Parts: sequence; C-alpha cells; structure tokens
Amino acid sequence: MWVLRGLRNGVVTTRWPAKPDPYADEWRGPATVLDGGRGTAGERGTAGERGTADRLDQLCPTGAIDQREDGGVTLDQGKCICCGRCVTARPELFGWARGPASGALTRGGLVVPEIAETDEDLAQMRASLRGRTRALGRSVHLRHVDAGSDGSEEWELQALLNPVYDVHRLGVFFTASPRHADVLIVTGAGTRGMAEPLRLTYQGMPDPKIVIAAGTDAVSGGLLADSYATRGGIGEILPVDVWVPGSPPSPFSLLHALLLGLGRLPDRQSAEVTP
Amino acid sequence: MTPVTAATLGAVLAQQVAGGSRFAGLFGTAEPRGVLISAHLADSGTVRTMNVLLPAPGDNYPSVTVRVGAAFWYERELQDAFGLVPVGHPRPEPLILPLPNGAGWHPRPGEQVDAPGVAADPDPRALPRHVTGPGLFTIPHGPVRSGVLESIEYLVETPGEDIPHLNMRVFYKHRGIEKRFEQMPAADGVLLAERVEGTASVAHALAYCHALERLAGCEVPLPARLVRMLHAELERVAGYLDVTARLADAAGLAVATARFSWHKERVLRLVSRLCGSRFGRGIVLPGGIGGLPLAGSAEVLAETARLEKAIGADSAALMGTSSFLDRLRGTGPLRPERARAHGALGPIGRASGFADDSRFTRPYDAYPAVEPAQLSGHADGDALARLRVRMDELGQSFGLIRRAASELGQVAGQPLRADCEPAEGRAVGWAESPHGEVLYDVRLAGGRIVRCRPRSASFHNLVLMHEVFAGDILTDFPFIEASFGLCVAGVAL
Repeated sequence: MWVLRGLRNGVVTTRWPAKPDPYADEWRGPATVLDGGRGTAGERGTAGERGTADRLDQLCPTGAIDQREDGGVTLDQGKCICCGRCVTARPELFGWARGPASGALTRGGLVVPEIAETDEDLAQMRASLRGRTRALGRSVHLRHVDAGSDGSEEWELQALLNPVYDVHRLGVFFTASPRHADVLIVTGAGTRGMAEPLRLTYQGMPDPKIVIAAGTDAVSGGLLADSYATRGGIGEILPVDVWVPGSPPSPFSLLHALLLGLGRLPDRQSAEVTP
Repeated sequence: MTPVTAATLGAVLAQQVAGGSRFAGLFGTAEPRGVLISAHLADSGTVRTMNVLLPAPGDNYPSVTVRVGAAFWYERELQDAFGLVPVGHPRPEPLILPLPNGAGWHPRPGEQVDAPGVAADPDPRALPRHVTGPGLFTIPHGPVRSGVLESIEYLVETPGEDIPHLNMRVFYKHRGIEKRFEQMPAADGVLLAERVEGTASVAHALAYCHALERLAGCEVPLPARLVRMLHAELERVAGYLDVTARLADAAGLAVATARFSWHKERVLRLVSRLCGSRFGRGIVLPGGIGGLPLAGSAEVLAETARLEKAIGADSAALMGTSSFLDRLRGTGPLRPERARAHGALGPIGRASGFADDSRFTRPYDAYPAVEPAQLSGHADGDALARLRVRMDELGQSFGLIRRAASELGQVAGQPLRADCEPAEGRAVGWAESPHGEVLYDVRLAGGRIVRCRPRSASFHNLVLMHEVFAGDILTDFPFIEASFGLCVAGVAL
C-alpha cells in the first residue's frame, strides 16, 4: 500500500544543478550592496535629518555593514542574519542576493563588493582543495555536528534527505560515524561546551576531509558572537574550507556549498541581484 | 495576604498549584540589592508573577522543588546563573553551565556588567555520574549522535535492555542568550527572540512582542493579528509534520518518511513564498507585522487545500499501519496526574489529559475571536496519544489558516503596525509554539532591554523525559524522543 502511495505524485525531485530550479534561483539569500557600493557619499548629507538609524554602520544589528574611507560601502554576508533592515531603510543602496550561490571558499569571499583577492591565490586554493577532494570521487559521506545552532539549520540539513532535494542522487550520504566521514558540516556559533566534541569529531575523521561552516552563526557567530558562552564562529575551532552564510541557509545553498567544496561547481557563480 | 518571602515561596506556590494555577516558571534577575526571584503562575486569562528578593550577599534559600516538583530544573538553572543554592533540592547539580570546581563565576543575567575576557568553558567532570545497582552500566548517547540532530547527551543507565534511569546533559548548547539580550534596543530583541528556537521563530517573536505591546499598551491592527495567526499556524503544521516524519523514520517506514518530509518541505516553501523566509522570520515586529503576505489569499487557500488533502490521506494510511502503531502504543507513557502536577505544556500535556493551550485559555492576536475546535481528546499519555493529538490539531490549524487567509482578503488598506516603543517597565508575554507555551519576562529601561528571560516549552517539558521510561527498552528511545518533539536550542539558552 505504501509502495503505491510513494508513486502517487510522480517524481518530485529537483534536477538542480544539472537543470535550473526556479525555487533555487528565486531564493532570497543574504543582503548585498547594489551598484558595487559606489555613489553613496553624496547622499550622506540628509542622514542627520532622517535620524540615527540611517547611519550606515548602525543599520545592521550584527555590524556587517562598513563604510569605506572612499565613501563606498561593503557588506560582510558572513555576518548577515537576513533581517532585511538595510534593504528596508536604504533600498537604493542594499538589495537581496538571489539564488543558491551564497557560499564561498574563503571567509573574505563573503564580503561584497568583493575585495580584490588575487586570482592566483584563489586558483591556488581551489587547486589544493581539489587535490584533497579528488579521492572522494562520487561517493561522499557527511557528518553533521551542531555546535550551538538555533535548530533551524538542522531542519534545512535534514531537508537534503527529503524527496525534493534527495542528496543520494549526487552520491552523497549522511553517516553516523566520523570514521566514515569525508565532509564535516558544522552548524551553530561554536558554543564553548561543543568545542571539545567538535574537535574530537574532526580528529576522528580520516584524511582527506573538508569542513563546511553552515549558516551565519557558524561563519561569524551572528548575533551570538563572542560571549562567555560562544565563540565568533566555528572557524576559531576548526580549519574551514567552505563558508555558507544564511540564517538559516536554504537547502539549495547547502547543496551548492557541498558541491563547491567537492569541486563540482565553479566558485561563487555571480548571484543575480534584485532590489 | 502576607507578603511572600523566600522562606514561604515554596509553600505559597504549592498552595496556588493545588488551587488550580499552573506553575509556569521560576526566574532570577541580578539587581544591586540582591537577586530577585520571580515565580510565574498561569491562570485562565493571565499569567501572574510573584517576586521575592534575596538580599545580597545571601546565596541560599529553601528549595521550592521540595514542594513544587516542576521547579526541579528551574532551580538548577538559577544555581548555575546566579550561584544561589536551593537548600533541600534533591539533586542540586549544574544543568546549563557546569564549571570546574571553584570557578566562582556566574553570568548573573540582569546585572549590567560585561565581564570582558570571561570564557566559561564547561567541564563535564563537574557533573557526577550516577550509576546505582549491580549490573548497571551507562551508555552515553551524545552529544554528537547519529543523524542530523541537535547536540544533547542522554546518559542511559541500563542493565542491558531496560532503561530504569536516564540523565540528560543539556549544557553543550548553552549560548549565553540571556546575557546577549541585555542592553539591546527593545526593537532589536525580536531578532534574537526569533533565534532562541529556530523552529519556533514565530512563537518566540510573538511572545516577546506581546510583552512589549503590553508595556506600551498598544492595540495591534486587525490585518497584523490575522497575519500573525497565519504564520503561527503554518509553523505549527511544519513542526507537527516534522514529528510525524521522525516517528515514521524511527519505525523504518521509508515511504511514509519521504511523504511527510515532502509535505513539510511544501509548508516551508509556502512560508517562504509568503515572507521570503522559510521560518517566518521578519514577519512579527513590535506593534504589528513587517508586511502583508507576498502571495494572495487565493493562492494560500489553494495550496493549503492541496496540502490538507494530501496530509489527510497519508495520515490515514499511517494510522492504519499496524507495524507502526505497535511501536507507539504504550510507549513512553506520561501519567495524567504527573502531567497535571508538572503543568506539561503543548501536545505532551494534551496527550495526558492536561490541556492548557494559551491560544484559547489566554488568547492573543486573532485567537480571541476563534472558538477552539472540539477535538476528540486522547489522554492515554503514550507516544501514540501524542501523535494523535498532533494529527487532530493539524486539522484545526488548517482551519485557522483558511480563516486568516480569507479574512485577510477583506481588510485591505488598513495599517499593519501600531506605535510600540515602550521605554520602561516589566511585562510578561506568551504564545503557543508547536512545542507548547513560550513565555517571555521582559524588563526595559531607557528603551533598552535590562533583562529578558525566554522560557521555551522545550525547557519546561524536556525534564519529563526522566519519567516516561516505564518498562521501555533501548529501541523505544527514538520513538519517545521524537514524540516529545522538542527543540534543544531552547533548553540551555
């Protein structure tokens, strides 16, 4: 009876990344800076009249927005908790990054507009990562550790197993034992209580291995960064290979980050920007 | 009535609980004069607060747990946070922050002192391991467990198959949330509230905003109340579907797991279609909402109708699968008298005959206009009853979603937010999450948060896991945990 029930709705699984998926492409990722962050200095004159909330550095609850010396603006998506305050307050300056391609191979790669990283550095990093992941081939095992998440990141990771995302079609499986794991996906800001279990899990994994920091909390600590109880992201505990912002990141963003880390996608496909 | 003192607090609370009030929480606040202990009692229509000041440098008081068992974890939390010793507490061990002996430091929420450079590294050795009786051994289950789960450690004490005793260690996820709230502008607090329990973001934001709205004395406009109900019920549907999928997974029913996790995905997609976030974040703001749904009423009604039909058919099939029901029937029973004495919240309480649903007993937003549906009521108290309660409530939630969506079509053009910028004072707010009642005790000064104590239903209910292993064995564990359906993030805060 369950067999027939399972056939009832046909194939509901996405073809992404082989084929585009509208839900993936329309996904509202972290905030981004429009027009490369230029041409804002002239408007600063009115900020005083509009109140302190319009001061750019006070706009963001996690301090992701920075005013450069030349008057331009940068936004660290690794700190963005997707609250949309900047987009609401200064729609001419900030918008949403669309699509699943929010993860990056370097922490600095999450800052928009992109800080000039020499292509050479990036190419070198990708080559070294590919060297490590080539051996994994098309049978990859993931181990997840929660280092102080709010619980929603776990839901989005579990979603990868539902029939819509179905990571098994990509040769990716979740495993219980760190001994069988190739990829460690960590959620949460890095509570001090989880530092030791996290480190032990990492040590228990055989080489080669890669680490994915999943979610803004794991990348930077988000709203909880650096207190007596948590650290500012799991990068302070482990060497991270892929950084995925999002509060929480969508299942497609997690899928993108995974394929990015495995060298099965180009780095940081330029995300379409909409106001 | 004579004023309550630390010496009489336990007796007074016990008397109130015997008189029909529900013990809803015991929180502390560090003040210059000492530590203010606040006990909350939920009644029909309101939540009452009793305050007792423990003058500095007093560090002990007679335990409340001796008379009101539900305070068991609350007092241990007070001890970790403030260093207060509950004299006579049956088991005064650290709960959320086990520090090495002699650390002598406590976060003391409420005290406006930042302790720069303080890093509280928990030390599991500060916790004793209780193993009693010959032939017993301990299975540490966690904090890193198989599957994609939140971090918690269950220490299962067993002679081999039975589970006579269970210890829970929740401190791994202590995130210092209460201290983080301090000094935040009141309007920013909602961002953190949404992240106390990510799978109940709407309910936490609601409870926090209700406290602010009570302080400001503002009236939330009707469209905002309807949108709040819409999102709160969608969150409940997603949460209940998650529990159902986890139970099916525990029973090894692959198709049922896939079906219910697909339904859950569709609900999360509908939520993101309405507001851009799959968890309804950014919708609830003090005084109202951030915006109307991005999809029209007709679209919401059509998709919920499709969902309800599909879920109904799959639920009927699941509840007719005897290999599944056999695993749930009689598993992890919570006796009705225990549920009542503890004030068990949410579906756990309702499955043991203790129904205190804050949507209807202390209604807020659009709920005062709603007549609670007549649910059949399952009071067996086992995992099966907990699932049946959720399945019945799914139908009720779909009804509320339909109602909110169709009424929203008729209130176009009305404002979405009232002015809500309270500066001073203290108030309590509540909302019913998928796990049960969420309670916020908020105190402001100068427009900033001085103290904010969220109390999740998960914190209040998880302790009941101690009591439900009546003859259950190791393989029943996943069913019992899934049927509780709680969020660990909300436990150790």
